[in-house]
Amino acid sequence: MTMSSELKNASRRGFIKGSLMMIPAVTVGGGVSLTAAAAEPPANLDDYQPTFFDADEWRFILAACDRLIPSDGEGPGALETNVPIFIDQQMEGKFGHAADWYMKGPFHPGVSPLFGYQSPLAPREVYRKGIAATGRYCQDNHGKGFAALDVDTQTQILTQLEKGEIEFDDVSSGQFFAFLLQNTKEGYFADPIHGGNKHMASWKFIGFPGARASYLEWVEQHNKAYPLGPVSLTGERG
Amino acid sequence: MAKTNPHVDVVLIGLGWTNSIMGMEMTDEGLSVLALERGPDQDTVPDFAYPKMADELTYGVRYQLMQRPAKNTLTVRHGVRDLAVPYRSLGSFLPGNGVGGAGTHWNGHTWRPQPQELRLKSYVEETFGADTIPEEMAIQDFGVSYDELEPHFDFFEKVAGIAGKAGNLNGEIQEGGNPFEGWRSDEYPMPPMKRTLNDTLFRDMATEQGLHPFPMPAANASEAYTNPYGMQLAPCNYCGFCERYGCLNYSKSSPQTCVLGALKQRKNFAYRANCEVMKVNLASDGKTATGVSYIDENGDEVIQPADLVIMGAYSLHNVHLLLLSGIGKPYDPISGEGVVGKNYAYQMNGGATLYFKDKEFNPFIGAGANAEVLNDFGVEQIDFGQAGFIGGSYFSAAMTNGQPIRNMPLPKGAPSWGAQWKQAVQETYGHTMTIGSHGSNMSYRDCYLDLDPTYTDDHGRPLMRMTFNWKDNDVRMTQFMKQKIDILSKALKPDDYKLSFKDFNSQYDVRPYQTTHNVGGAIMGTDPTSSVLNRYLQTWDVHNVFVMGASAFPQNIQYNPTGLVGGLTYWAAKAIREQYLPNPGPLVQA
Repeated sequence: MTMSSELKNASRRGFIKGSLMMIPAVTVGGGVSLTAAAAEPPANLDDYQPTFFDADEWRFILAACDRLIPSDGEGPGALETNVPIFIDQQMEGKFGHAADWYMKGPFHPGVSPLFGYQSPLAPREVYRKGIAATGRYCQDNHGKGFAALDVDTQTQILTQLEKGEIEFDDVSSGQFFAFLLQNTKEGYFADPIHGGNKHMASWKFIGFPGARASYLEWVEQHNKAYPLGPVSLTGERG
Repeated sequence: MAKTNPHVDVVLIGLGWTNSIMGMEMTDEGLSVLALERGPDQDTVPDFAYPKMADELTYGVRYQLMQRPAKNTLTVRHGVRDLAVPYRSLGSFLPGNGVGGAGTHWNGHTWRPQPQELRLKSYVEETFGADTIPEEMAIQDFGVSYDELEPHFDFFEKVAGIAGKAGNLNGEIQEGGNPFEGWRSDEYPMPPMKRTLNDTLFRDMATEQGLHPFPMPAANASEAYTNPYGMQLAPCNYCGFCERYGCLNYSKSSPQTCVLGALKQRKNFAYRANCEVMKVNLASDGKTATGVSYIDENGDEVIQPADLVIMGAYSLHNVHLLLLSGIGKPYDPISGEGVVGKNYAYQMNGGATLYFKDKEFNPFIGAGANAEVLNDFGVEQIDFGQAGFIGGSYFSAAMTNGQPIRNMPLPKGAPSWGAQWKQAVQETYGHTMTIGSHGSNMSYRDCYLDLDPTYTDDHGRPLMRMTFNWKDNDVRMTQFMKQKIDILSKALKPDDYKLSFKDFNSQYDVRPYQTTHNVGGAIMGTDPTSSVLNRYLQTWDVHNVFVMGASAFPQNIQYNPTGLVGGLTYWAAKAIREQYLPNPGPLVQA
């Protein structure tokens, strides 16, 4: 099994940049002790063993997340913030299984999209079929898997999925992309307790104080940027 | 074989706002009262405690406090000839789950209707002529007047602890309040909440425009408060986790913070969570109820005998239970006969998002109901004949939360992913405010609720089916509001802004959240051929069944429904205590 080394190769650029960016955050976080019990430190993405996704699927998830929220420009990307770990964990949870959704038939997936989700597939099945179908499409049209394609081609394929320009037999390409994008943003912005948003890097980037949840003395201080960094549900400070 | 419980005097179906109130009122009479709640038991501690409540993914996005469609949902279609499909995952509206119901996860916008909204059909006919009402529109009067409800609005506001500023005290207009509101016998129990930057920008601009801004009446405590039941609210700390969350600070008015702590002390009150009522049981003559059947927390069927049955489930579930129990004749949109399910209505909203490059709004600082409001375009302020529609709206600049997964407004043309998305996120977050239009929705002959012929819940009962779509009258209303909000948006001189209002091509879309203000289906009125309930919320057909909640609204008002729901509940409780209990039977002769 060579998955972890392949993973490093698949997203080396993102990790190099990510590790540089994380240095100040780690220093600050480590220097402040909290009364709340600290959670396990966040995983390193390149050491993480996915639970739901297999090695091929994981390569796709890493590459696709890197396109959806790249490391380019200011602010962390999806890989530095462990978004793929969030998505893997969501697949094993209630969301992935559609546990809270009404999933009884008959199904009429052809009705207008205005009526919301009408597929018999749970989100984890949409991912599984969507990744496989995207992989076949990439092999047939570009001669290699999605993760091995250049960045521009990956971007083009994701755009085609988003617009429904690539159609699959057994799953809606648009729905597959919609879950992927929704979960990527969730993993980026959700509390780190859910596996992504490593060291609250996205919150620091936009200026969201996370779980502070107490601002009485700030309500009437108008037009001044709030100065304190975020805290997480487990008491980590950024 | 179903087990049979000992008899109680009153069984309450659901334990949210209305039946918490009914619990107090009925135990005051010395009656034995049992509440059956479909969802779990929950209280401020431990269920809403800090820090776990400050978790956008779990509560804001995955709807931890909401009804699970897997357990119960409904089907939706646009027209009477269409196929209805299930509302499989939550979107457009979010019924609550568990003790406290939607009263735990609301924002706390607490309104009284304008007086004429309660007699809308008569008002339109008298003022603008009967031919102003479009052929397919099915509006009716509530059958109860504002003057009759005023003491009950007042008491509900004192129980819930509403923060606001009166605009009309006994007919005298008050500076700083809503000059267009119905008369009030008393000031709000608490002063308004603190103002955020968006509030003051909107207030100053609106004043310059000659309009009449005032603070939103808020069920978020602006100071320490003790209500008539001895329940205490703590000053809101503007934590930014209000809508979709239970309050971690004892500040948001809810059944838990305002009623249940007192109710649970009473020896003649009991409640059982995780107990879902299957139906109301009727005597063989069909004219009285003998109690209810429910499935308990172990999955066993239980028969609960009772003399009085009070439905206080979510509005949609009240209608579903009436249909499943065979109480009242189901409505048929083709013949126009029958009443149960008739006049389902919703809420017609729109809004503007304004971007200010150099302003810091700190959108994570907010309460559910800290907002600045205009009522200049309300139902009573509009000439329906000239405007070409029936309805009205209030406008609000609100800053209720700025959690980033769901509240990430981006400029026109910004991509939804990639490096440029990330850049747009950074440039925009914290620099936007909104102006919302919260509008009425009329009722129509072909917007209704009935039982679905195909789909069933996890007990094998038919799901309810919603037939609903937007109508031109209400689109004309919201387009009118769009013109006004466009002017107000420009007057605030943002760097950029965008408007989002329904147009004449708009079809009802179950995906984006709109509002959990589903009304009608078990409407109140003056005539058993056109309403399910009489003016005391008593069913015309089964005199010992009363139905609380917004299912009683014959069409939707321009406001959030809870203030009217609370007032109607105390009105019904008074009628039960003073008229029904001494002499059980129909309170209004058909």
